[in-house]
Amino acid sequence: MAFRSAMLGRVTRRGSDLGARWMSTWWRSVEPAAKDPILGVTEAFLADPSPDKVNVGVGAYRDDNGKPVVLDCVREAERRIAGNLNMEYLPMGGSIKMVEETLKLAYGENSEFIRDKRIAAVQSLSGTGACRLFADFQKRFCPDSQIYIPVPTWANHHNIWRDAQVPQRTFHYYHAESRGLDFAALMDDIKNAPDGSFFLLHACAHNPTGVDPSEEQWREISFQFKAKGHFAFFDMAYQGFASGDPEKDAKAIRIFLEDGHHIGIAQSYAKNMGLYGQRVGCLSVLCEDEKQAVAVKSQLQQLARPMYSNPPVHGAVIVSTILGDPELKKLWLKEVKVMADRIIGMRTALRENLEKLGSPLSWEHITNQIGMFCYSGLTPEQVDRLTNEFHIYLTRNGRISMAGVTTGNVGYLANAIHEVSKSA
Amino acid sequence: MVASVNASRFEGVTMAPPDPILGVSEAFKADSHESKLNLGVGAYRTEELRPYVLNVVKKAENLMVERGENKEYLPIEGLAAFNKATAELLFGADNPVIKQQRVATVQGLSGTGSLRLAAALIERYFPGAKVVISSPTWGACFHHLNLYVKLSQGVPWSEYRYYNPKTVGLDFEGMIADIKAAPEGSFVLLHGCAHNPTGIDPTPDQWEKIADVIQEKNHTPFFDVAYQGFASGSLDEDAASVRLFAARGMEVLVAQSYSKNLGLYAERIGAINVVCSSADAAARVKSQLKRLARPMYSNPPIHGAKIVANVVGDPALFNEWKAEMEMMAGRIKNVRQKLYGSLSAKDKSGKDWSFILKQIGMFSFTA
Repeated sequence: MAFRSAMLGRVTRRGSDLGARWMSTWWRSVEPAAKDPILGVTEAFLADPSPDKVNVGVGAYRDDNGKPVVLDCVREAERRIAGNLNMEYLPMGGSIKMVEETLKLAYGENSEFIRDKRIAAVQSLSGTGACRLFADFQKRFCPDSQIYIPVPTWANHHNIWRDAQVPQRTFHYYHAESRGLDFAALMDDIKNAPDGSFFLLHACAHNPTGVDPSEEQWREISFQFKAKGHFAFFDMAYQGFASGDPEKDAKAIRIFLEDGHHIGIAQSYAKNMGLYGQRVGCLSVLCEDEKQAVAVKSQLQQLARPMYSNPPVHGAVIVSTILGDPELKKLWLKEVKVMADRIIGMRTALRENLEKLGSPLSWEHITNQIGMFCYSGLTPEQVDRLTNEFHIYLTRNGRISMAGVTTGNVGYLANAIHEVSKSA
Repeated sequence: MVASVNASRFEGVTMAPPDPILGVSEAFKADSHESKLNLGVGAYRTEELRPYVLNVVKKAENLMVERGENKEYLPIEGLAAFNKATAELLFGADNPVIKQQRVATVQGLSGTGSLRLAAALIERYFPGAKVVISSPTWGACFHHLNLYVKLSQGVPWSEYRYYNPKTVGLDFEGMIADIKAAPEGSFVLLHGCAHNPTGIDPTPDQWEKIADVIQEKNHTPFFDVAYQGFASGSLDEDAASVRLFAARGMEVLVAQSYSKNLGLYAERIGAINVVCSSADAAARVKSQLKRLARPMYSNPPIHGAKIVANVVGDPALFNEWKAEMEMMAGRIKNVRQKLYGSLSAKDKSGKDWSFILKQIGMFSFTA
């Protein structure tokens, strides 16, 4: 203590730039945070000098040349708004126009819920921000509730509800043996959860497995949810990107709406409009009536304020420009289909290649699964071999991003997968 | 239509109170009187009372469109070129803290988002530590910390005296006394320049004494710099208080915003900087800031960051920006002068209106 005061005495001289430094110990207890598993893959890929390297860890769309894509409809929207955008703060709830168009996508163009103003909706920081806002809202207004999260799920879901201080439970989802849905166990978990539990569901193109319930199965899930009075929160990050048709990809949500559920939805334009870095999305909560929707919206805004005050404008105006212009919207729908079709094409190609190589294993799941990701069933050790021997980069859970697969590398990839798995 | 299944679990959701600041603008909009004036707005306006998009911003946006850059996710910590530019702008490129890599800089969602990241860091690593805030302070900031406290139950706060209504100036003795009285190891929230809402800034001499008492009590200074360049018209001059603390070798938190000085309000672009005593500490702190940001929004929005990086990174644009900023700050100073002149002439009571001239930045706290 005495030494410290002496040090203090020496450093508190006015205005002089001292050699002696204030030896604060504020941040001593700060450990380095664990590295993000997904980002680590990209870093390693970038550092690899091999000409054969393939990045199938990336969670962003790539064209057949492996290049990032900015959609034509987006370029056109940007051209229109560049330099012309008034930069005034958006309202706390974000761009009204963008939110209106976004709700139509999820709830239906002629949704009665939109007409009756029963949906509390705010612009959010993409899908992540929507999930976080909802988690905070859940914590504030249903403080004793928990969230049921599928196994597996996007890793950040766990971080989100944990930082919102909502306790988590898991429910069965992926069936390793069949590389498909563990439907029986899923239904058991729904039945065994206490009445009125909160569940996180992926509306389409489950991340990371690519395994979605069939329409039949969704109806059964919805029915069971009704019986138990559960709350369904849908994370819809891939609408349009899964089948190529946004209406089809919203099927699960529409089933729940038809069955009378009051749901919550997180929507994102990161993938389906390629607006990744712009962080554009929407959180919506279906309420009993307009009055409740107004109250809920006001509370969602209150939760957003201490995070960022109001959401960023640029991406929102790109979205509303596109969706508000029939020609641009048509172009967008076409471009989304192109992306989805390329992915579906690559799934087929990868599977066919593996079968042609005479692989003893079944690779049906590659084409059964849907969306950007394929849960290959490869073990961490096999993944390590893919990386170390073949310079193929993916996350150790065996998740392959089909967006990283091209006509140029699909043969090489199939070969490598065959090599590491043929004696399995 | 099937009857709804859940009696709403959100029955208890009451209407949130209206925003005190927005409420003013709403009332203004609703008023039909021809002489109406909105002096509540916290955004720059031209002589014609129009919002102002800076020329350099328009140029930068057009450049970005021409280049056809992609929209890939930024890293969690934000755009590297932006982070470099923003730290250098704040501390000066030659500052030892920069050269020694002792600053953890993470792109944030403007000032608010940057404050929030810092608050979350404080809550996690200094549970129970107090944040002391000036009385008054930015209304929303008060709300924000208040709301955040309610949400997290983690960051206790109290106020230090700041505004002296008798002098319409700084209650310096009160400020020092209250900072001194705060429990050792508190976080002291300071406005780098152009205090919001009073417009009253400490003098350089007073800043030294504030730094003294903060060091004496082992507090951590936490600057909110929302108006760099906008106050005096000079970027360097407006960063003097922050640089003074950094020069003493203190560990400092600084939240920055480009809402006002680059007019990028709606793009939500700012940064949180943590000056640490070592490069190792800075790396660890940065990793934890990222860990806090990931479950909030994954990675920050790209557009505003690119605009700032382009403007600051291009010497011609940078100079043009400095000129536009001088123009904006100049107009404010001009209006202060005119208001002072007009009031002094019209008011026969002998009241001293000079506080209008002494105060700085966008706001004036009237007596």
